[in-house]
Amino acid sequence: MKDARASFDPVTLAAIAAAAVLLVGAPFVFYPLFLTKVLCYALFACAFNLLLGSCGLLSFGHAAYFGTAAYVAGHAAKVWGLPFEACLALGVMASAALGAVFGYISIRRQGIYFAMITLALAQMIYFLALQLPFTGAEDGLTAIPRGKVLGLFSLDDPLVLYFTTLCLFVGALMLIHRITHSTFGQILRAIRDNEPRAISLGFEANRFKLQAFVLSAALVGLAGANKAIAFKLATLTDVHWSTSGSVILMTLLGGLGTLLGPFVGALVVVTLENYLADSGLPIQAVIGGIFILCILLFRRGIVGEAQGWVETLRRRRAG
Amino acid sequence: MDNHCMAANAGGETGVREPILRMQGVRKTFAGFVAVRDLNLDVERGTIHALIGPNGAGKTTVFNLVTKFHQPTSGRITFNGQDITAKSPSDIARLGMVRSFQISAVFASMSALDNVRVALQRFRGDNFAFWKSDRTLRSLDDRARELLADVGLDDARDRKAAELPYGRRRALELATTLALDPELLLLDEPMAGMGHEDVDRTSALIRRVAKDRTVLMVEHNLSVVADLSDRITVLARGEILSEGTYAQVSKDPAVIEAYVGTDHD
Repeated sequence: MKDARASFDPVTLAAIAAAAVLLVGAPFVFYPLFLTKVLCYALFACAFNLLLGSCGLLSFGHAAYFGTAAYVAGHAAKVWGLPFEACLALGVMASAALGAVFGYISIRRQGIYFAMITLALAQMIYFLALQLPFTGAEDGLTAIPRGKVLGLFSLDDPLVLYFTTLCLFVGALMLIHRITHSTFGQILRAIRDNEPRAISLGFEANRFKLQAFVLSAALVGLAGANKAIAFKLATLTDVHWSTSGSVILMTLLGGLGTLLGPFVGALVVVTLENYLADSGLPIQAVIGGIFILCILLFRRGIVGEAQGWVETLRRRRAG
Repeated sequence: MDNHCMAANAGGETGVREPILRMQGVRKTFAGFVAVRDLNLDVERGTIHALIGPNGAGKTTVFNLVTKFHQPTSGRITFNGQDITAKSPSDIARLGMVRSFQISAVFASMSALDNVRVALQRFRGDNFAFWKSDRTLRSLDDRARELLADVGLDDARDRKAAELPYGRRRALELATTLALDPELLLLDEPMAGMGHEDVDRTSALIRRVAKDRTVLMVEHNLSVVADLSDRITVLARGEILSEGTYAQVSKDPAVIEAYVGTDHD
């Protein structure tokens, strides 16, 4: 009997194999630091998508967790001189803790109210980042030492940096896949589909949503901490609301609720930002234009639309 | 020892049987509008109790009050003798009272099997285990298949709930509700929007599942109500207009007036 519930079919496996080859080969063709940046933002978007895609919660304040982890990891590396792994762990813990508090406050509300509360809370973090002495205010934290991975390989080597980031990214992606395909993920999906119904079956929706929120914040923290170490920099941009906005853009552009969509979205946005930076074109306007096109032409995002085509083809073949 | 006594009491038919659900002086106002006015309602154990009344009579509000989706403005609600006035909706479900919704409430993106299975997950202790693969839930598949077969959905197991026709979605909702094996089943217009065959099938199903549990239902289809219910409460403007068997309430002049209107002059 054919198992309809298997997680990976041949097409997905082929796509994953192709992605693996591309990701391993890429730093030998493209600039590794640029690719590292793509991976950091891709992880950010994937973790954001964990909340929006599998929970239906649109947070407009995810920069708070990204930036907090960046500052904490940067401070741990620069001032306390802790090793790379400890800095990441502290960053993740800080954003998870922040996510627990902010999540607790915000998940009681739905839709636009939820989005606005998350935005307001994130703006508080922005204010703190501007005022607190250890963040360096407008200068940010600069010249953060990268240190060594596992105490052996210096992260100042761009290839080491890239492959370390890649390992973290792939690990996080596997964790996200597991979360969405776990016993917990099933209930999360039920809550997303129909919250009153899930409650009427005896599930305390808010507790499930809070756990999803904390997991999302923690993974965003991993992205933020990794980014701070990789670029030796944590600034106000990391906690700014426009960063929260751009992660939403990446997710929607790539494909909401798909595993690889946010990655593709992040790739497109970061690439555009990078290559348009020297062209003199107004970057935000160009990205805005692309976003409008995307909404008009492929509403499910790049990956969502591609999956739709594969599905249609398969159905046609099946008759 | 205590359990034994309780079992003996429940088993013996002697003495006054306590209603499974009791509402005492329950009132609900929405910004000054009184939706339910000091309602006293008893639902006897093992019966099918119907709640009928014209639109806006407060039937669905009563459902929402009982299942705690709304908090009563005043009054007291007890279930199995336990005061549940301050409980949360998910607590209510765990006590053994599960509702359906007026608009068919299924998990649209999930297969029919997964819809039922997610309800069965309630009995497991690993619902927060985000590291545990959902493959471990396959042990629930057999029970889920049985429940689907019970409502005639065995051929639709792997179809997405969103793709099912309306009548079958309602059947799926019922299967999901029954998965929790509730003591008291609250059905909000189970036949709304159903075709003729579906109505007959659902009626038969409700009668069958009501054998060992209590059913409280809101329904507009009066022939279904006449056919199924042991007791009927007629609501109008948030108050009880009449109560009794179908034969009794259908002869009550107040009920006739509420339903037909006052065009006798």
